[in-house]
Amino acid sequence: METRNIVIVGVGGQGSLLACNLMGRALMIEGYDAKVSEVHGMSQRGGSVVTYVRYGDKVYSPIVDDGQAELLVSFELLEAARWFNVLAPGGTVVTNTQQINPIPVILGAAKYPENLLGKFEDNGAKVDAIDALALAEKAGSSKTVNIVMMGRLSKYFPFSEETWHKALEQTVPPKFLEMNKKAFKLGASA
Amino acid sequence: MKELLLGNAAVARGAWEAGVCLASSYPGTPSTEITAAIAKYDEIYTEWAPNEKVGMEVAWGACLAGKRSFTGMKHVGLNVAADTLFTISYTGVNAGMVIAVADEPGMHSSQNEQDSRHYARAAKVPMLEPADSAECLEFTKLAYELSEKYDTPIIVRLCTRISHSQSVVKTEEREKRPVKEYVKNPQKYVMMPTFARPRHPIVEKRMSDLRALSEKTELNRIELGGTDLGIITSGTCYQYVKEVFGEKASVLKLGFVHPLPEDLIIDFSKKVKRLVVVEELDPFIEDHCKKLGLDVTGKDMFSLIGELSPNIIAEKFGVLSSKGKTIEEDIPNRPPVMCAGCSHRGLFYVLSKLKAMVHGDIGCYTLGATPPLNSMDTCVCMGASISGLHGFVRAGGKNAVCVIGDSTFAHMGINGLIDIGYNQSDSTVIIADNSITGMTGHQENPTTGFNIRGEKVGKMDIEMMCKACGIERIRTIDPNDLAESERVIKQEMNTPGASVIIAKRPCMLLKSSKPAPALNVDEGKCTGCTMCMKIGCPAISMRDKKASVNHTLCVGCNVCTQLCKFDAFDVKRGLKYGDS
Ligand SMILES: Cc1ncc(C[n+]2csc(CCOP(=O)(O)OP(=O)(O)O)c2C)c(N)n1
Repeated sequence: METRNIVIVGVGGQGSLLACNLMGRALMIEGYDAKVSEVHGMSQRGGSVVTYVRYGDKVYSPIVDDGQAELLVSFELLEAARWFNVLAPGGTVVTNTQQINPIPVILGAAKYPENLLGKFEDNGAKVDAIDALALAEKAGSSKTVNIVMMGRLSKYFPFSEETWHKALEQTVPPKFLEMNKKAFKLGASA
Repeated sequence: MKELLLGNAAVARGAWEAGVCLASSYPGTPSTEITAAIAKYDEIYTEWAPNEKVGMEVAWGACLAGKRSFTGMKHVGLNVAADTLFTISYTGVNAGMVIAVADEPGMHSSQNEQDSRHYARAAKVPMLEPADSAECLEFTKLAYELSEKYDTPIIVRLCTRISHSQSVVKTEEREKRPVKEYVKNPQKYVMMPTFARPRHPIVEKRMSDLRALSEKTELNRIELGGTDLGIITSGTCYQYVKEVFGEKASVLKLGFVHPLPEDLIIDFSKKVKRLVVVEELDPFIEDHCKKLGLDVTGKDMFSLIGELSPNIIAEKFGVLSSKGKTIEEDIPNRPPVMCAGCSHRGLFYVLSKLKAMVHGDIGCYTLGATPPLNSMDTCVCMGASISGLHGFVRAGGKNAVCVIGDSTFAHMGINGLIDIGYNQSDSTVIIADNSITGMTGHQENPTTGFNIRGEKVGKMDIEMMCKACGIERIRTIDPNDLAESERVIKQEMNTPGASVIIAKRPCMLLKSSKPAPALNVDEGKCTGCTMCMKIGCPAISMRDKKASVNHTLCVGCNVCTQLCKFDAFDVKRGLKYGDS
């Protein structure tokens, strides 16, 4: 099979590391060759964060380049716009509708753009948008936004529920497992 | 067993499988997780050293005692450890010793993008460069064998994309290794001129033997494909080249990057019509090919600056098929910021108010240089703030202070302070002590009193250390108390002689830091004056001309309340942390 490309973006602190670990576990359980690229260091401090997931029979590059991703998963709306260019023609933006103002917006030096979902569609993308923050709160904590979004993303894979649950067990601390399973389910069925 | 491992974790696994018994490193992105992962193996004594030079020397000492040892660092860490490296190249090792160095083209979290390969050549030590996690594991193990066989420390070179990507590895059991006896041998280990002189020819002979090995090792391999184009490459660039060309071009993949083979490269060049080197940063392989008299292209196609990618390579070869679309819209930047409740915020607000010239250093507090605080004037390398301040003040510079973090102070800051204490200048040194190494993701350090496994150990007392350096005036402030901080800093800046101010407050992200209830804005009292916006707190923004607090971010640090002249932040009516 050809290599599939997914890009997961968000704001530092939203838990993209855990999300891509979860993705990696699921791909291993399903027996693929996979590469998952993470971000550590400076950008984790509230900056824009991008992680790449690639899988198939044989994967070379650990990064997904401009115009190559079939799925762009974003934990925050503006980040989906920032990284839109990674999307391949006909690709899908799976995004949280939550807005987190970056510092230039907070300081009044820039404006948070409007109607981004419409602009994604105008540029030929399919859009799958959910209010992941509301769902995360319903699951028990705003900190589970990442897992809600991963639940949403799971709809685009033919993996069994069992695979995802196993992957969750391998990545989430036992104390928070139930809450995260709930968040995952809410995302998947929203 | 098959596992998905981060490149850094794979290096750690390789070290464990190779029977390593000791690791000593200083953190630095993108290398930090190697040593963090090694610490999880009970069989390996692992520590955070105060700096890279110390870490490398600890590892060297351990290998003399007959046990395999490890040290890891980021590219600039090798500058710090270079003095050690150049001479342990002469002494060689007893048991094997591996140095992992992670370069950072693109400077995701670094102050420069130097190319560590030059160090291997300059210090005359071999260097291996893996291209994925499987090779990280395999090359690390092999590096120990080579280190012992050729009696040399050896470098494994990584880069961000290799260190920080997960891919599949095959793991094995740990090797049982006997301890190699230490045998006294001053001719080998005491590098004074009479003994060092005869060591140099031994080093040259070793490098010539290693060059012969580089010709035939499996780490350097030709993958014959289409012969119109031949590409010489290594590391992550190899993956990009394969992504773009697959079997359409022939590839010479180099895993043994110093010393480079000669015959193998000449042989490869004869098999292909056009020869191109694809490498990030400097033309290290290209220059070598040119020295061999080959007709080769490299840096006239690819930049010396930043990272490469499959698209960049495809574009330069004219085979780029599709490009993504950009949203035509001004997308505001999202630069990293100090967290809500960061203990550095109050300090930099005060410094900006005092319009001080601030010699800065490296850590989370470097974000004090960004808007709206804009209160840092310099940042060069770890420790440079203190010595830079001393020079600035001695040369007549006015209204200056320096700010340095606790980990950075222990790393290399102390040396500058020794100079100030010794040669006495009117310097005011501020140590931003947040009780952790924050920037690299919360590592313990000598000033925290805990080791890499979180066990209570010795603690370097910052105040006593400053005293020992010859500083008499030492003050402690809580940087969240703005008035008191301003008073003390002003006073010390205006007092002749050297002084140290310890701005002490633990990082808000530490488990031991308990957030206070989030604040609320009383809209009746808020006049929209925007004073509270001057601290750049990500939890405060203006909505309909009134300040508004994001309750999921606010930790009730109360720095903003001290700025508000209208008492609009209501602590009592504040919601509980986490409410929304
Ligand atoms: C020689 C060198 N080694 C390592 C690093 C990576 N590094 C940058 S900042 C930092 C830690 C800073 O910690 P601290 O001084 O305590 O400040 P904090 O981030 O906690 O505010 C490290 C390890 C570096 N830049 N240079």
